[in-house]
Amino acid sequence: MTEVIATNQTILVVGGGISGLTAALEAAETGKQVVLVEKRPYVGGRVTQLYKYFPKLCFPTCGLEINQRRAKMNPNLTILTMAEVTDIQGDAGNYTASVKISPRYVNDNCTGCGDCARAVSAEFDDEFNYGLGKRKGAYLPHRMAHPQRYVIDPAILGTDEAEKAKTACKVNAVDLEMQEETVSFKAGAVVWATGWQPYDANKIQPYGYDRFQNVVTNVEFERMADPNGPTGGKILRPSDGEVAKNIAFIQCAGSRDKNHLLHCSRICCMATLKQTHYVQEALGDEGKSTIYYIDIRAIDRFEDFYQAVRENPNVSFIKSKVASITQNKENSNPVLNGVDTEGYHRYANEHDLVVLAVGMQPSVDKASFPVDIVINEEGFIEPATENGGIFAAGCSSDALDVNRAVQQATGAALRAIQVVNRVAGTEG
Amino acid sequence: MSDLNSAMTERYHNSFLKEVEANVEEGEWVKMCMQCGVCAGSCPLGNAWEHTPQKLFMMIRAGKREAVLSSDAMWMCTSCYNCIARCPRGLPITHIMHGLAHYAKRLGLVPKNQPTAQFSQIFWDNLMKKGRVNELKLGLAIYFKDGFGQGIKNALANKQLGQNMMKAKRMNAMEFFGGHSIKDTGGLQKMIKKAQEIEDAKIQGNS
Repeated sequence: MTEVIATNQTILVVGGGISGLTAALEAAETGKQVVLVEKRPYVGGRVTQLYKYFPKLCFPTCGLEINQRRAKMNPNLTILTMAEVTDIQGDAGNYTASVKISPRYVNDNCTGCGDCARAVSAEFDDEFNYGLGKRKGAYLPHRMAHPQRYVIDPAILGTDEAEKAKTACKVNAVDLEMQEETVSFKAGAVVWATGWQPYDANKIQPYGYDRFQNVVTNVEFERMADPNGPTGGKILRPSDGEVAKNIAFIQCAGSRDKNHLLHCSRICCMATLKQTHYVQEALGDEGKSTIYYIDIRAIDRFEDFYQAVRENPNVSFIKSKVASITQNKENSNPVLNGVDTEGYHRYANEHDLVVLAVGMQPSVDKASFPVDIVINEEGFIEPATENGGIFAAGCSSDALDVNRAVQQATGAALRAIQVVNRVAGTEG
Repeated sequence: MSDLNSAMTERYHNSFLKEVEANVEEGEWVKMCMQCGVCAGSCPLGNAWEHTPQKLFMMIRAGKREAVLSSDAMWMCTSCYNCIARCPRGLPITHIMHGLAHYAKRLGLVPKNQPTAQFSQIFWDNLMKKGRVNELKLGLAIYFKDGFGQGIKNALANKQLGQNMMKAKRMNAMEFFGGHSIKDTGGLQKMIKKAQEIEDAKIQGNS
């Protein structure tokens, strides 16, 4: 049975992505008691699925390693993984949260040796790679997952496969009797950091993501470029496994569009500019990138990054929102159709692969939100007094890149600290 | 140049966008266009026109008054509504195109022999006579709009269609003599006249 010790001076952080993790660590390092609730089996969220960060083109694993170390060292921080907040009752300074914890079927004896995964043969779509690859029925979600504990897929429960995993484990970590449980505990303030999800590309009907294999999303492209990813870092066409050399990027795929997401998702321009570096890195002068855009929004110091990409002769820019994608039936090449704004030329350009720069959809569901919350027309949580002691961090509050999400999360942690300090003041 | 056209040119000189906003139906939306080009690319007939909506909107903002108002493009719109459905900013593009056509007509700037404009005029005149469309006369008027010889050729080319329509009782040869009408044709005409006066007063007030 999971036990959570918490009082109304505890801060509950919902969501363990880069924003939630930051808010939790910042608060815990000021001496506050923090409980972090994460839906996935590990912390780090979508940042763990990125190959490189912009603008420095450094690896997210680096900063993640620092944060995970901070988390391991801090006695004030309790992390609940595979856990979801189902209810919050009460007011600022006196909340009671209910949290549902799904069974991992692996206890904390786990050393991360991987014997269970080797014993199991059943394979499933790998969520970490957006289904581009497979993972075992007993698996570590990704190489540096924290906590470094394997997970047994509930789908193999009650089969020989589960027994194989149990038998293979030398440290008695596989516990197939584990049950779902609900715990409830006190909290003085809540930091809501459930982040974002990539906009569902299937909804952008004219781009044919659902029909054409060689149309992928930018988050999938991150996994394709990663040497630890499903293609070993090779940029391959899903249709035939050939190397994609002539790659198109379509900006605002779902963003700045009243039919999809109203807001500018802010990260996609920089993400695409970054991804042209992946193409250059993987294919040298053979790799050609073409960016179809409405405007390039590379703000502040990112302008330098943009200008450097502009100077790359292997990258071209076409100012146009692509109207539709069709497919060359002979070679499965996507054909982009539209009219460019610089000269109003009609084009039908064939590429090997199309990357849709899909936008950020906030993972905040007003209908199932545990308390009344003020949400703006774009779906993000407003910084409103009506929200009481609940503060949005990171992409629950706005479309933000990692840098800005982390700054914003630190601010949210401070507001939560102010609430629990008030509680401490009245309680003496 | 018509009087109204001169008056409008005088009043809005150098600001065609303002003129469009004040006088063209849904014209106030033009400034919201962000020139993404999705309307141009989505228009099924886009490659057949000289000016796509995207281009027309930019021309309006650039003050290309003559070129816009004498353009053939807005007359070619088939009202398929693809552009409205796709526009990321929700511009009522189809309606703006019709608004521009209407305004150009008012100013007497429609390109000569523009077939859609000709058809619209014939349709309107036909409708106003009896308050109902007389399909036989409408068809004949269109066949014969380019002269008697061409009219005979057109009629013969569509002979089968006409016969089939009569067989299916979709058209009646007797309509040639007068034709059916609404109860109070005079009343309708008065109503339309009044509406026209209100519209004219409004647009004159802007000139």
